[in-house]
Amino acid sequence: MNKELAIDAEDITIAYHEKPVIWDVDFQVPPGIMMAIVGPNGAGKSTLLKGILGLVKLTAGKVGIFGDTYERQRKLVGYVPQRTGVDWDFPTTVLDVVLMGTYGRLGWIKRPGKTEIYQATEALEKVGMRDYSTRQISQLSGGQQQRVFLARALTQDAEIFLMDEPFQGVDAATERTIIAILKELKHAGKTVVAVHHDLQTVPEYFDWVTLLNVRRIAGGPVKEIFTNENLRKTYGGKLSFLEEKESSSPVEITPSKGEQP
Amino acid sequence: MIGEIILIAILVSAACAIPGVFLVLRKMALMSDAISHAVLPGIVIGFLMTRSLSSPLLFVGAVGTGLLTVILTESLVKTGLVKEDAAIGLVFPALFSIGVILVSRYTGNVHLDIDAVLLGELVFAPLDRISFLGYDIGPRTAWVMGIILLLNIGVLALFFKEMKIATFDPGLSKSLGFSPVLLQYILMISVSITTVGAFDAVGSILVVALMIAPATTAYLLTDDLKTMIILSVIIGIVSSVLGFLIAWALDASAAGAMASMCGVAFLLAFLFAPDRGLLSQIRRKHSQKLEFAVTMLTIHLSHHRSEKQCDLECHEQHLTEHINWDRHFASQVVRKAIGDGMISSSQGLLKLTQAGEQNVKTAMME
Amino acid sequence: MIFLADYTLKIVALGSALLGIVAGSLGTFAVLRKQSLLGDSISHAALPGIVLAFMITGSKSSLILLLGAAVAGWIGSYFILGIIRHSRISSDGAQGVILSVFFGIGLLLLTYIQSQPNAAQAGLDKYLFGQAAALLKEDLWITVIFGTVAIICMALFWKEFKLMTFDPIYGQSLGFSERATDLMITALIVIAIVTGLSTVGVILMSSMLIAPASAARQWTNKMGAMVVLSAFFGALGGVAGALLSSLIPNLPTGPAIVLCLTAIVILSLLLSPNRGILARSAQRYRNRFAFSLQKLLLDLYHLEENHTDGERAHSIKTISLIRSREGNIRIALQALESNNWATQTDEKLWTLTQDGRIQAEKLLNKGEENL
Repeated sequence: MNKELAIDAEDITIAYHEKPVIWDVDFQVPPGIMMAIVGPNGAGKSTLLKGILGLVKLTAGKVGIFGDTYERQRKLVGYVPQRTGVDWDFPTTVLDVVLMGTYGRLGWIKRPGKTEIYQATEALEKVGMRDYSTRQISQLSGGQQQRVFLARALTQDAEIFLMDEPFQGVDAATERTIIAILKELKHAGKTVVAVHHDLQTVPEYFDWVTLLNVRRIAGGPVKEIFTNENLRKTYGGKLSFLEEKESSSPVEITPSKGEQP
Repeated sequence: MIGEIILIAILVSAACAIPGVFLVLRKMALMSDAISHAVLPGIVIGFLMTRSLSSPLLFVGAVGTGLLTVILTESLVKTGLVKEDAAIGLVFPALFSIGVILVSRYTGNVHLDIDAVLLGELVFAPLDRISFLGYDIGPRTAWVMGIILLLNIGVLALFFKEMKIATFDPGLSKSLGFSPVLLQYILMISVSITTVGAFDAVGSILVVALMIAPATTAYLLTDDLKTMIILSVIIGIVSSVLGFLIAWALDASAAGAMASMCGVAFLLAFLFAPDRGLLSQIRRKHSQKLEFAVTMLTIHLSHHRSEKQCDLECHEQHLTEHINWDRHFASQVVRKAIGDGMISSSQGLLKLTQAGEQNVKTAMME
Repeated sequence: MIFLADYTLKIVALGSALLGIVAGSLGTFAVLRKQSLLGDSISHAALPGIVLAFMITGSKSSLILLLGAAVAGWIGSYFILGIIRHSRISSDGAQGVILSVFFGIGLLLLTYIQSQPNAAQAGLDKYLFGQAAALLKEDLWITVIFGTVAIICMALFWKEFKLMTFDPIYGQSLGFSERATDLMITALIVIAIVTGLSTVGVILMSSMLIAPASAARQWTNKMGAMVVLSAFFGALGGVAGALLSSLIPNLPTGPAIVLCLTAIVILSLLLSPNRGILARSAQRYRNRFAFSLQKLLLDLYHLEENHTDGERAHSIKTISLIRSREGNIRIALQALESNNWATQTDEKLWTLTQDGRIQAEKLLNKGEENL
């Protein structure tokens, strides 16, 4: 395993019920970049993240985080799961949820104290949700929920941030806030990997990209990799977005600011 | 006498199995648990009004409380204040409690006691007889259950297609114009009626066993709705007849024994079902693991074929290091792959054959 | 509280209060994990454990019987998880099979030993519906010890339980084992159920878990407060039901407790200040009324605009003509009047005041902004 790489995943195959979701994927992420994982529905994007996090069993392959296993490097990794995965009617407050980001560091039984509350409040400040800290989470909008999840990952104080669809169903203001925070993280030398759906915003938001469709189609700097040819390979040419693009100009030189496709 | 008891057992289990299939397929199995508890106050009120256990009013009362359970649960869920599982768990114990209190306070020594409600008395069922034009035509329960069985078959025949669509694709069913809600209520009425009819034979609680266990057992054995219905009827009948004979020998509760035999049937299917049983799952997993690994190997080789590090990646030793297979398994996979003609090996360097290329292509198409 | 002087009643009240506290607080987890009915399955599955414990040891000591119940309940829940994991049967089907089959086995065994010429087994059927009056000091001690252990465990692992209940996937990424917390929470729920079997009985025990927690959820948005409230409601319902059943002849304890708890749930659903049904429909009514007032104000304003002849006052009849709104216009007009937005002329005609016009213009501007 390469110590220089933030994430060094080799030959990963993941199967649910003997059905492969990801076939033999190599996935290398150098530190200090922002990478989008892009691919059609069912391409195994979330599964890849879960595989790296040890949340699903790898049928084959192995994962290194800065040259060691995930179990040992867990504290270096922050995770933002899809926000639709939890019950937002749960009786708890915004601050409480954000505090959960400190649980990993605390370990079993030990409770969060003043330091942790301070950290959580700071993270809330960063995502612009400080005034909401005593709110019950059922009162949040979709964008606010996503900010809370981001704040929770920020309190993990990690080196690598793995995010599952952080822009799914959020308002424009939240999207701007989140991307600003991610860029800030990058400037601080952190690594960000996000599953992303909106092809249009890939060149604008990210500097690296991995194209995934059950196997890895291509990966590397956006400028080199995010080409029509690679996208067609990934999406099987079925994407109407591509045809539109083709008639005008290649994707890689168009930092599009358009609507979602 | 014993023949009549067995006849009743057969009729009861067949009648229960039919609505059970739909309950299981629609993931509403616990609704039958809820209804079978909740019909109690309906039965008791009907009984208190007529002082007879054979009055049709009992059915009216029970269907009423059965539907009440469904309506109360759904309106509780609609308030958004409690989740569905909690709503069910709030409604039926309350109704059941009302029933139990009515039984213990107002029915005194008449022959409707808690045990009869819980267990039924299959053995006594033939004592209550019906005569027609002065001729004895058999036990009342047999007639009642026979009619209910016919009703269930009738509903099934009338709505088979709709039930099938509503069960497997509620969205499509709605767009075709059948209301899944209406079918749901028909199903619930059928469950309520069957429960009442069966309760004095097997008790209100074990009706659940006869509805759910045969259907889940059949679900492990087949994919076809028709076969599943037929299988659950057969499984229900066999378990209840066997159960009764065991109870007869042990001098114990027939209902308890019937439920236990349903459990045995389920356990057997769970372990030994030809396709979905635990054992065949394990066996398949074993053989598939190797097959899967061979495909993985071919894909791996095709990925790295053109790369510079091919020498490194395509070496047998690499498999141990990178794919995380242990040495033994890796050589097993390589041997099988060579045997299958997928790859060729020269001095430990592995290469895809034509057949291997084809294998990669088919695997990727999936 | 004269009747508390009665020794049996004292034990009954104390026992049910303790039980309510244990089941109420642990029930919070069952409800929040959407496993309410797992409690029902576990308690039904406990029956064969009770009977088998008696058959094996010949003892009727509550401790031994309840240990049997705990083991059987735990096995039942384990089977349910196994069926879900290893077959395509969904959780409701698995629970239905296990609860009915285990209960059937329990009844089979129970009726079998009852048919034996050995009178010692009498009394086992109190576990069906519970019998608070038969509670002994020993039962109290069992509840106290089991309950204390369970509650201490809950307090100790509070953070983990909350995390794994709210967001198990995230929790696992932090390194907490879902298997371990699942196992612990299920074990605690089994303990809560088992402590209540002699009072409430196997059939209705699940209510002791679900009802107090469902009621408590209505009054608070904090999990800690929910646990405390749920324990309080559990104790309240437990004591009320047990006392009623001791005082009124032929009133079995389990059902009495369940009905008391149900009453608490209904009151909570109706009356809770934020989520309650009454509070919400009052709020909805207020909103609708405020909205209809705004509409009436605008209608009057437009009516004035259309009458270029300077005629500004209108009869109720005219106003009703342009308003298809249901409800009482007179009341709405009077509400406008009390806000000083409209006034009635001497001829009983209605007209806007200057304030009312300003208000209407404000509303119109706001409406345009929103567009």
